[in-house]
Amino acid sequence: MKRSLQFTLIICALCVLARPGFPAQDASPVIAAAAILEKIDQNAVPGSKIMVAAMTIHGRRADRTIKSKSWIEGDDKAFTEYLDPPREKGIKMLKLGDQLWTYTPATDRIIGISGNLLRQSVMGSDLSYEDMMENRKWSDIYEAVEDGEETMLARPCLILRLTARVENVAYHQRRIWVDKDRWLVLKEERYGKSGRLLKTFEVTDVRQFEGRWIQTRALFRDVLKEGNGTEFVIESVDFDAQIPEVVFSKASLRK
Amino acid sequence: MIRFLFKGLIRDRSRILFPFLTVAIGVFLTVGLYCYIKGAEYQIVEFNADLLTGHVKVMTKGYAAESDQAPNDLALTGVGKLVKELKTTFPGMTWAPRIRFGGLLDVPDEAGETKAQGTVAGTAADILTAGSAEIQRLGLENTVVRGRLPAKSGEILIGEILADRLNLEPGGKATFIGSTMNGGMATANFTISGVVRFGVRALDRMGLVMDIADAQAVLDMEDAAGEIPGWRTDGPYERDVIEGIASRFNISASASTDEFTPVMKTLRDQSDLAALLDQLGAVNGAVIAIFILAMSLVLWNSGLIGSLRRYGEIGVRLAMGEPKGGVYRAMLGEAVMIGFLGTIAGTAVALALSYYLQAHGINITGFLKNAAVMLPSVLRSRVTPAAYFIGFIPGILSTLIGTAIAGRGIYKRSTASLFKELET
Repeated sequence: MKRSLQFTLIICALCVLARPGFPAQDASPVIAAAAILEKIDQNAVPGSKIMVAAMTIHGRRADRTIKSKSWIEGDDKAFTEYLDPPREKGIKMLKLGDQLWTYTPATDRIIGISGNLLRQSVMGSDLSYEDMMENRKWSDIYEAVEDGEETMLARPCLILRLTARVENVAYHQRRIWVDKDRWLVLKEERYGKSGRLLKTFEVTDVRQFEGRWIQTRALFRDVLKEGNGTEFVIESVDFDAQIPEVVFSKASLRK
Repeated sequence: MIRFLFKGLIRDRSRILFPFLTVAIGVFLTVGLYCYIKGAEYQIVEFNADLLTGHVKVMTKGYAAESDQAPNDLALTGVGKLVKELKTTFPGMTWAPRIRFGGLLDVPDEAGETKAQGTVAGTAADILTAGSAEIQRLGLENTVVRGRLPAKSGEILIGEILADRLNLEPGGKATFIGSTMNGGMATANFTISGVVRFGVRALDRMGLVMDIADAQAVLDMEDAAGEIPGWRTDGPYERDVIEGIASRFNISASASTDEFTPVMKTLRDQSDLAALLDQLGAVNGAVIAIFILAMSLVLWNSGLIGSLRRYGEIGVRLAMGEPKGGVYRAMLGEAVMIGFLGTIAGTAVALALSYYLQAHGINITGFLKNAAVMLPSVLRSRVTPAAYFIGFIPGILSTLIGTAIAGRGIYKRSTASLFKELET
């Protein structure tokens, strides 16, 4: 859960540190690409953070904005509470490792999200729970090769083509556009095993918080779905915040 | 002449009884089978219309294009007003908004946490309003195998396999998780009032039925519905009438490119029913044609036998000086009369029985208790205008042709050898 905003902006987690000066061009394309992937993985900040974010779902009928606050610790622990609109207010989600629970005040139930539900859309967005749960390092599960260069957001980017080397991955192939200096992923295309494009992710704004570069605005799009995608905006980030352990417990879902 | 022939037939029972009975029974079977097949075809149409398609269905353009996925983000809004307009514009129709939806049913343990989950395919219809015809249309009365129909808000029915898999019995609680019309998370607690055996494996595995008001509340679809099926109240399904209604409604919609514009689809436009009904019509036509052909052969043969039996009588008549043409024409006239009388009798009895079966049907509920498929509980015939004359094909034509062929022998007989033949 380190390179993209997918989890960051939904459960509202993650930010990525800028680590400039990686000598990608010095090695052969495959080795260099693998090293870049390592670098992107290293950019994940394992510390804690509290974030407030907004997710605007551009539906076919209307746009809908959902605000949330998330408490995140490392890769494995995240707690999110939805703040707005009123219908969604009070819904909470807890992620511990590879387990996910949700609580809705309307039912006063803690519901485990697993199996088929993982493939469902999160709050009607273009993201699935499965996308949210991705937390393995890319360098562990993908083989990378360089696939050209392009400028994104006025930043020079390397394009990497990633192919899965393990079976149980949600996306068999990805193409990512990586900022050469900050090692931030600015664009991503996700493909199925058949080679069909399934989802796209494009960063539209990058900002520095407490000296760290993070993607603050991005558009995530399920290309198989009608609509104009889901836009994520990070409104505030508090790095290295002190989060009591009790936040990451099922008891906190009902509070 | 006709009167003379008729008197001859009436007074000689041996000449009329067997051919008349043969024709009457043959025509009765032909007309009866025709009405029964038409009844089965009609029931397939009505069964699909009641359960899924309506005779027509109003949806948004976008919903209609993806109706197999029931995309409620493209649902109709302002349904109350739309139904009123439909009732005014098409007084011979009745309308009932429905919502189809997908989601999960989550069963809690003692601590209120997830014990079991199952995917559901739900149908929401007006099943709580007194006098609503939806329970009957959805065939719920005869399919509840445990518990009862929902009696109040917050109660649902679920498929038998789903209930067994989730270990849910009537009175049990479960939480529905799905998506609202706007894509938000929809959750609500429900009580299982009954377990239903739909007879269709997919429905038994995932089926869920709830009242439309509950669905509107849970799915954030106030005054909205995915679809508004409509059924004729001033007559049965007739393709021309139904297509006329849909064309009238769609005049204003055809020019619009807005995917939220309401459009009306006929039964044939939905769920590949046009191909199915065309195939069914062709098969039924073939079955009826083969049966008519078989009956024609029987009656033709009967005409032949009847004529051959009268070999001696014809010989006498020829020997007495009656012209061959006169004998031949007299025989044809008799064949027409017998065919006509037999056809009238056979058609009358068949129509009487078919009308009875159309009105009352044969109740097969007792046979359906352990049925593996969802079937209509009453089998009915259907009398159509064609049923009044279809019996005339085998009844008159075949008898006439049989007699005409057998009668050719009259012209082959030698007058000189007639007495010799009659002596033996």
